Amino acid sequence: MLKQTENIIEVSNLVKKFGNFTANDDLTFDVKQGEIFGFLGANGAGKTTTLKILSGLSYPTSGKVKVAGFDVYREREKVKKNIGYMSQKFSLYDDLTVKENIRFYGGIYGLPGKYIKEKTDELLRRLKMENIKDSLIKSLPLGWKQKIAFSVAIFHNPGIVFLDEPTGGVDPITRRDFWELIYEASYSGITVFVTTHYMDEAEYCDRVSIMDQGRIEAMDTPALLKKQYNAENMDEVFIRIARKQQL
Amino acid sequence: MSRFIGFVKKEFSHIFRDYRTMLILFGMPVAQILIFGYVVSNEIKDIKIAIYDKSKDNVTQEITNKILSSGYFIIDKNIDNDNQVEDAFKKGNIREVIIFEPHFAEKLEREGKASIQILADASDANTANIVSNYTSAIIRTYMKNELMKGELPFVIDTKVQILYNKELKGVYMFVPGTMALILMLVSAMMTSISITREKEMGTMEVLLVSPLRPMPIILGKVIPYVGLAFMNALVIIALSYFVFDMPMQGNLTFLLLETLLFILMALSLGILISTVSKSQMMAMFISMFALMLPTMLLSGFIFPIENMPKILQWLSSIMPARYFIVIVKNIMIKGSGILVVWKETLYLTGITILFLVISIKKFKVRLE
Amino acid sequence: MNEIAVEAKGLKKTYEKVDAVKGVSFAIPKGELFGLIGPDGAGKTSIFRILTTLILPTEGKAEIFGNDVVKDYKKIRNNIGYMPQRFSLYQDLSVEENLNFFARVFGTSVQENYDLIKDIYIQIEPFKNRLAGKLSGGMKQKLALSCALIHSPDILILDEPTTGVDAVSRKEFWEMLIRLKQKGITIVVSTPYMDEANLCDRVALIQDGRIMKIDKPQNITNEFGRKLWAIKSENIYKLIQDLRQFEFIDTVYPFGEFIHITSKDNSMDINSLILLLKNNNHSKIEMLEVQPNIEDCFMELMNN
Repeated sequence: MLKQTENIIEVSNLVKKFGNFTANDDLTFDVKQGEIFGFLGANGAGKTTTLKILSGLSYPTSGKVKVAGFDVYREREKVKKNIGYMSQKFSLYDDLTVKENIRFYGGIYGLPGKYIKEKTDELLRRLKMENIKDSLIKSLPLGWKQKIAFSVAIFHNPGIVFLDEPTGGVDPITRRDFWELIYEASYSGITVFVTTHYMDEAEYCDRVSIMDQGRIEAMDTPALLKKQYNAENMDEVFIRIARKQQL
Repeated sequence: MSRFIGFVKKEFSHIFRDYRTMLILFGMPVAQILIFGYVVSNEIKDIKIAIYDKSKDNVTQEITNKILSSGYFIIDKNIDNDNQVEDAFKKGNIREVIIFEPHFAEKLEREGKASIQILADASDANTANIVSNYTSAIIRTYMKNELMKGELPFVIDTKVQILYNKELKGVYMFVPGTMALILMLVSAMMTSISITREKEMGTMEVLLVSPLRPMPIILGKVIPYVGLAFMNALVIIALSYFVFDMPMQGNLTFLLLETLLFILMALSLGILISTVSKSQMMAMFISMFALMLPTMLLSGFIFPIENMPKILQWLSSIMPARYFIVIVKNIMIKGSGILVVWKETLYLTGITILFLVISIKKFKVRLE
Repeated sequence: MNEIAVEAKGLKKTYEKVDAVKGVSFAIPKGELFGLIGPDGAGKTSIFRILTTLILPTEGKAEIFGNDVVKDYKKIRNNIGYMPQRFSLYQDLSVEENLNFFARVFGTSVQENYDLIKDIYIQIEPFKNRLAGKLSGGMKQKLALSCALIHSPDILILDEPTTGVDAVSRKEFWEMLIRLKQKGITIVVSTPYMDEANLCDRVALIQDGRIMKIDKPQNITNEFGRKLWAIKSENIYKLIQDLRQFEFIDTVYPFGEFIHITSKDNSMDINSLILLLKNNNHSKIEMLEVQPNIEDCFMELMNN
């Protein structure tokens, strides 16, 4: 792949505390441009906290964090302009049509009207959704919504897109269609940062980190992690790591 | 029976653990009564009045001085003909016009009797009432003092005339009105929300799949609120009696029984709302717009019914709260018994049964 | 033949305009651990709600231990343990209060059936005074299962009990289900996770309101019927695009770090394919024949 060696996310010694509780305990990791990076952990492991810091929604307590070349302390607005975000649940307006949703998001990022129009048409063509462009989002199957949500998240050509548990609940074929979209984005140089607690989504990532109780316990390619933990799949890797913590 | 007790216990836990519910249940009635009470019976000071002295003698002068030196009133205008009376009310912020009859002192001396007319603007009913009471009191004191001087006994006849709102709504209105409102809120809104919450959380599914029949489920959810609403009613009655000197002429037990009837009516309405709403939000909206607002606006609590357009009057006549307010007023102020309010009581009983029957029919043993 | 615990015949369920369940039939013998496997919107919850007497089927009929879900719903409700999709617990009651409440609702007590839930409850007992809303997903799941079991039902119906729960809790949960099965309880469970199929005695693969297949997981994967290869190279995205161009290739699905492919005539010369790809500038190509799993079978069935 066109993986470049340039880091698009650089995190060193990131700490985030809420009172006495340490949600992120000394995290250090880099994500390379065009990489599909899986950020894994159980609910409450601290994934959301990190995601909020990386997307400029909250400040770290200490540590250095750079996203798309911008410092999250001083250049929040620039960080926000250079990232896209998609969560499974809240990305699209149910009562707007496909086209209206796309245009709305284009508008949020201040793209020129003519550009939005052209790009919307192109996008609908590519998704093969020209015939449903005037349908309300709520009338579409979950898998289609996910594809639209993802396309909307990268509509403004961000350097990085954050995906929050993107493929839960869809059928296996739709799920694979979706991963192909992710591969495509990655191929075109967009970094994809996936947070999830579904370990089978991890298998599709170039590299994953596994977080437990605020710390990164493991970070490598899925293949090497499976080898290291002598596991058949990422589920087992996760179980081994979690059990080790309990002992 | 143990099932049922368990259910009631659980319901109380929900209530006591949610500070917002607690606030609505216990904070609101007290706050509302106090707010209404104090707004309504605020101490008055420097009320602007006009004086129409048709006599202009030393006695009328003396009384006028007494009134003005009391600190409650300041004179805004002296009136010298009948036409100006109406104008004075309409133009200015005058609350009261005091009219001395012609030859006041002369009449007092010859007949031992003279009259003062007090006109009060009752578009603000409470102020009007207080203002006219104060004025009469000042005049009475003057009369007593003169008597003490040992001169001939005489009587000053004060005729209070209330303008614009002849029934003086508002004075004793806020207690029955607030009571109706609070009981409606606690009983109908809280129960409908608490039932729909179980639907939303999915716990209703589990309850339905259990051997529990719908009746115990409903009763278990409702009974704690009967208790709480009843306590609320007691608090309101106590506050109004001890803090705001609301009279309690009638039989307390009878009043409480009528209150209980109204609570049951509101609860059955709450159950009915919960059978048609799918979410807490919806239950809340229905309670707000279908119950609370009409209760406030159409029951005669805030706006006099006889001034309403016909259609609203007609709507008002189906508002259960309206009848409850009549019942409470009659019992507390006039001391009436069942013979006076039987019609209203019958209406409340009938509508309670109607709501109960509909909600039992509508309550589903399934999710759809 | 065993006694039948659940039998569904031609079940259909229509909501306004949407057909959620489009004619579903199955029979579950007593004591079986039966899985209903399919994505969101496949109709799993509707089927479960029909079985638990919560909704009426539009067409067809279903029986639980010989009791009709429409006519005999009262009898069924005495004897069924149900865990709806989201763990339906009272968030503002403690662990212990939840359990006591459900015990009372079913006219029993925690002591009476403690044996049955002991294994599960013991894991959350240290937190018995914590409010259910403050529990982790895994602990909520265990509490919900304890509550569903408290009246010692003959059948458990669990709607997506492992959704949204971490891998460790999922594994523990399945271990619990297998222990319960050994006590003779019939268990019907739904899940969107294909990999959980192997833990069931038999599964129904469901998609779009229809059951595509019912069988033992082993039989389903054995019946895949053709060869399956896994392939990867350094550029997965381009590899997918290129493979699709080849006439002789049938299906191409990404599968973790690999791509699973089948060929149209069920034969493939690995070496010549690798050569072909090398000519298309692919490097680090790895290819091997693999055993299909349930997910492969599910996709194969969806295509048929």
